[in-house]
Amino acid sequence: MIESLGAHVAALYSAKPGSVHAPSIDYAALSPILIVLGAACLGIVVEAFSPRRARRAIQFVLAVAALLTAGAAVVWQAGANLTTASGAVAIDSAGLFFQGSIIVLGLLAVLLIAEQKLERGGAFAVQPAGPDRSVSSGTGGVGGTQGAGVAGGAGGMASSESVRVPTNTEVFPLTMFALAGMLLFVTANDLLVMFVALEVLSLPLYLLCGLARRRRLLSQEAAMKYFLLGAFASAFFLYGVALLYGYAGTVSLGGIAGAIAHGPSPTLGGHASQTLLLLGLSLLIVGLLFKAGAAPFHSWTPDVYQGAPTPITALMAACTKVAAFGAIARVLYICFDKAAQDWRPILITVAIVTMVTGAVLAITQTDIKRLLAYSSIANAGFILTGTVTLSAAGLSATMFYLVAYGFMTLGALGVVMTVRDAGGEANHISRWAGLARRSPAVAGVMTFFLLAFAGIPLTSGFTSKFAVFSAAFGAGRLELVIVGVIASMVLVFPYLRLVVLMYAAEPAADSATVQLPGGPTRLAIAVGALATLALGVAPGPLLQLASNAAHFVA
Amino acid sequence: MAHVPLFSLLIAVPLLGVALIALLPRRAEQLAKPIALGAALVVFSGTVAMWFGWRTDGPRFQYPESYTWIPQFGSAFTLGADGIAAVMVALVGVLVPIVVLASWHDAEPGKHSVRAFFALVLVLESFMLGVFAATDVLVFYVFFEVMLVPMYFLISSYGGPRRQYAAVKFFLYSLVGGLLMLASVIGLYAISSNQLGKGTFSFEALLSLHIDPVTQRWLFLGFFIAFAIKAPLIPFHTWLPDASAQAPIGVSVLLVGALDKVGTYGMLRYCLPLFGSAAYDFAPWIIGLSVAGILYGAILAVGQSDMKRLVAYTSIAHFGFIALGVFAFTAQAGTGAVLYMVNHGLSVGALFLVVGFLISRRNSSLISDFGGMARLMPWIAGVFLIAGLSALSLPGTNSFASEFLILIGAFGAHKAATIVATVGIIFAALFVLWLYQQTMHGPLIPELAVTDSPARLAVRDITRREVAVISPLIGLILLLGVYPQPVIDVINPAVDRTLADLHISSGR
Repeated sequence: MIESLGAHVAALYSAKPGSVHAPSIDYAALSPILIVLGAACLGIVVEAFSPRRARRAIQFVLAVAALLTAGAAVVWQAGANLTTASGAVAIDSAGLFFQGSIIVLGLLAVLLIAEQKLERGGAFAVQPAGPDRSVSSGTGGVGGTQGAGVAGGAGGMASSESVRVPTNTEVFPLTMFALAGMLLFVTANDLLVMFVALEVLSLPLYLLCGLARRRRLLSQEAAMKYFLLGAFASAFFLYGVALLYGYAGTVSLGGIAGAIAHGPSPTLGGHASQTLLLLGLSLLIVGLLFKAGAAPFHSWTPDVYQGAPTPITALMAACTKVAAFGAIARVLYICFDKAAQDWRPILITVAIVTMVTGAVLAITQTDIKRLLAYSSIANAGFILTGTVTLSAAGLSATMFYLVAYGFMTLGALGVVMTVRDAGGEANHISRWAGLARRSPAVAGVMTFFLLAFAGIPLTSGFTSKFAVFSAAFGAGRLELVIVGVIASMVLVFPYLRLVVLMYAAEPAADSATVQLPGGPTRLAIAVGALATLALGVAPGPLLQLASNAAHFVA
Repeated sequence: MAHVPLFSLLIAVPLLGVALIALLPRRAEQLAKPIALGAALVVFSGTVAMWFGWRTDGPRFQYPESYTWIPQFGSAFTLGADGIAAVMVALVGVLVPIVVLASWHDAEPGKHSVRAFFALVLVLESFMLGVFAATDVLVFYVFFEVMLVPMYFLISSYGGPRRQYAAVKFFLYSLVGGLLMLASVIGLYAISSNQLGKGTFSFEALLSLHIDPVTQRWLFLGFFIAFAIKAPLIPFHTWLPDASAQAPIGVSVLLVGALDKVGTYGMLRYCLPLFGSAAYDFAPWIIGLSVAGILYGAILAVGQSDMKRLVAYTSIAHFGFIALGVFAFTAQAGTGAVLYMVNHGLSVGALFLVVGFLISRRNSSLISDFGGMARLMPWIAGVFLIAGLSALSLPGTNSFASEFLILIGAFGAHKAATIVATVGIIFAALFVLWLYQQTMHGPLIPELAVTDSPARLAVRDITRREVAVISPLIGLILLLGVYPQPVIDVINPAVDRTLADLHISSGR
C-alpha cells in the first residue's frame, strides 16, 4: 500500500512518469509559512551560536519580528486564490484568514511565553528531562501549599548560586515550529501534506507541554499523555488517509471530492467502495477532532491544559484550535461536502456531546486551568455547531468564533499566570477567594473575560455565539441551537462561581496574590481584553472580513 | 426638536458620568456622589424635554435615530420611543436622581468603594434607558442582558447579609430567561431572512412577518418566559423577595420600580405585536397565572415579618395586575397596564424609600422592631401612609386610575378572573393597613419607651435630604391621582397601535 502510494505521489508530482520534475512553487504565496519556518530554523542556530546572555533577547525579537513579517505577508497575499506545489497547498481567502488568526494569536502567546518577571528565569524548565531544582511536589504537585516549603528552599539556593537564573530559550524555536506547522495545516490541500503539517505542529507541542518549571511531574505526565494520545490520533488520521487513497486513488482533497461526486477517476485507479470511503472519512475526522478537543476525543484536554506551562496552554487553546478547525472546515467543505448526508448526523451528535460534556464537567472543576479546559471543550462544540452547517454563514461564523475565543482565552490564561503564591501559580480556585479586595483591577479583567465566556452581550462571546447559533438555525439545525443554548446556561454557573469567589469571599491569610507581570504579559492581557470588548461592541469589520473570506479554493 | 439625537444623549450622559468617576483620584472619591447626581439630573431634564416635545398625534416612534451597527446580522443601532416606551424612559429619568440622593451614605458602611457604587448605578441607568428606547430587537436584547451585570454587582457588593445568595439567584434566573429569549431572537432572525430575503432585527420590519402559529408559540414562549422571570410572574418569582430584601434600598427601588418593568413592557411591546396568535393561545393561561400572582403575592405579603420582603410580595401582586391588563387585549386594560407600570414604579419607590428611612433609624427591617413610631416621627408616618395608600390604590392616589382601567378593561372578556382579582384589592388593603398599624400605631415598643435611651435618641423625624428624596414621589403620586390624563394621552395611541398589530399578527 505504502509503496503504491509513493509511486502515485511521484506520478502526481511529475509531468512524465519516470522522470521527476520539481513542481513549480509559488514562493510568494507560501511566504508566511516559509518566514515562520525560517525563523524557527534560525532560532536553532541562535541557540547554538549566540552568547548565553543575549540569547533570550535575540530569540524573542526574532520570533516577534518573524511573526510580524509573516502577518504582513498574509496581508500582502490577501485576495490570493490559488493552489501551488502541484496543488498540495491551497492559498485561498479562508486559508489566509486562518493563517492571519494563527499569527496574531501566536504573537500574543509568544508575549506570554516571554514572561520573565513573574518567575525568575521564566515559566520553563531548563532541563527538559529530570527534576528541576524548583520541583514543588513529588506527588504530582496538585496542592500548592505542600510544595511551598521546597520551593522556598530552592529559591534560597538559587539566589545564593547566582544572580542570573538560567533561562530556557529553546521554547521560542519550538513555538515557531509549531506555528509553522499550523500555518501549513490550514492551507494543506492534500491529505499527505496535511499529515506532515499535523506532525510538524504536534511534536513541538508535546515537548513544550513537558517544560513547566513548577510541578514538573504534572507537566511531564501531561506531555506523555498528550504524546501517546496524539500519536494514536495521528495513526488514525494516517490510516484514514490510506483508506481514502484506496477509495479515490488520490490524496488531494479536490481529487477525493471528484471521486465522491463522479466516482473514482479511472486513470488514478481506486476502488469505488463506500466502505473505504466511510471508514477512511471517519478515521480522518477522528484524528482531526482529537486535535480540536471535541468529545469523545477530549479526555486529554484537561490534563494537558492543567499540566502544561500556562503560556503553552494559551498557545494550544488559541492557536491549535484555529488550526484544527481550519483543517476540519477545509476537509469538510472541499473534500466531503458531497458525502454530507453520511457524516453530518455523526458530527452533529459529536457537537452535541461535546457541548454537553464540556459544560457539565466544567461545573465540578476546582482547578482554574481545568475549568478553562472544559470550557474550551464546550467551545469546541459551539464552533462545530457552525462548521457542520456547511453553509457560508456557518464557515464565517466558525472563523469569527475562533478569533474571538482565541483572544478571550489568551487573556484569561494571561491573568491566571499572574495570580500566584509561594508555590508558583495558584490554580486552585479556592485560592482566588477575595481577589477583588486585594487586586480589583485584575479581578475586574478576569470577570470581564468570564462574562465573555458566558456570552454576555457587548463582549465577543455573545457575538460569536450569536453567529454560530444563527448559522445553525438558518441551516435548519434547531437541535444544535437548543442544546447550545442549554449548554450556555449550564456553563454560566462555573464562571459565575469564580466571580462570586473573587468578589464575595473574604481573602484568607494565605490567599494567592497578584504579582505584577512584565510588559509583554500585560500587553497580551490588554490586547485580549480590548479585542474581546471591541468584537462585542463593534464586531462589524471582523464579521465582514470573515464573511468575505469564507471561501475555499476548490 | 426631532433632530436632536435625544436617546443616544440620554444613554451617553450616564456613561460620561461613569468615565468622570473613574478618573477621580482616590482621595476625592466622595466627588462621585455629586457627579452621579449631576448626570442623573441631566438625564432627568432630558426626559422632561422629551415629555414636552412629545406629540400625542405624532408618528408612532418619536425621536428616531439610526446608526449602522452590525449590518452582517441585519441589526442597526436604532432608537426611538412610542408612548409606552416614553413613559418608561420618563420613569427611569425620575427615579434615578432620587435613588442617587437616597443612597448618599449607603455605600459607606461597607468596605466597598463609593465610586463603584455610583458608577454602577449610572451604568444601570444607561442600560435601562437603552432597553426602553431600543427599536431594534437585537439592541433590545443586548441591553436586556447587560442590565444584569451592574445589578448583580450592586446587590452582591452592597447588599445585606445574604447578598451573595440573592445576587446569584437573581443572575441565574435572569440569565436563563435571557438565553431562552436568545433562542427566540435567533429564530426570529432566521424567519426574517427567509421571508424578507435578508435577516433583520428592525422592529417595524419584523411586524410584517407572517409566522405560522406553531412557530409563533415557540418563539413567544422564549420571549415570554424571559419577561415572566423579569417581571416576575408566578412561578418565576422566587428570586424577587430575596433580591429586593438583600439589595440596598436605593437598588431595590431601581430593581422593582424600573428594571422589572422591562418584563411587562416586553410582553406588551414585543410578545403581543410579534406573536399575536400565540398570545391569544396562551392568554387564558397567563391570565390565570396573573390572578394567582395577585392572590399569592397579597397573601404572602400579609405573612411577612420583614418590611422589605413584604413590599416585594406586594409587588408580585401588582405585577399580576399589570400582566392581567396586558393580556386582556383591550385598549382600556392595556392603557391601564402601562399606567400601572408608571404608578407602581412611583408608589413602590416611595414605599421602599420610607421603609429605608425606618430601617436607618432602627438598623432593622423587622416589623416587630417597630411600634408606635408615629408619635416619634409624625412626618415619616404621614409619608408612609400616603405611599401605603397609593400601594392599595385608594382613589385620589395614582394607582387607582390604573387599577380601575385594568379591571373594567378586563371584565368584558374575563369576568371570573377579574372578580377574583378584585378580591386581591381587599388583601392589598389588609396588608398595607396592617403594616402601617403595626409599625406606626399602638404602644411604643419597650425599647423606645424610655425617653433618653440610645435607641430612642436614634429615632428622629424626617431629615432635609429625606424630604428632598421623598417629596417628588409624593407629589407625583398625588398629582397623577387627580390628573392622570396627560400620561394616558401619551400611552393610549401607542397601546392602540400595539393592539392593532396584535390583531394583524394573530389573524383574528
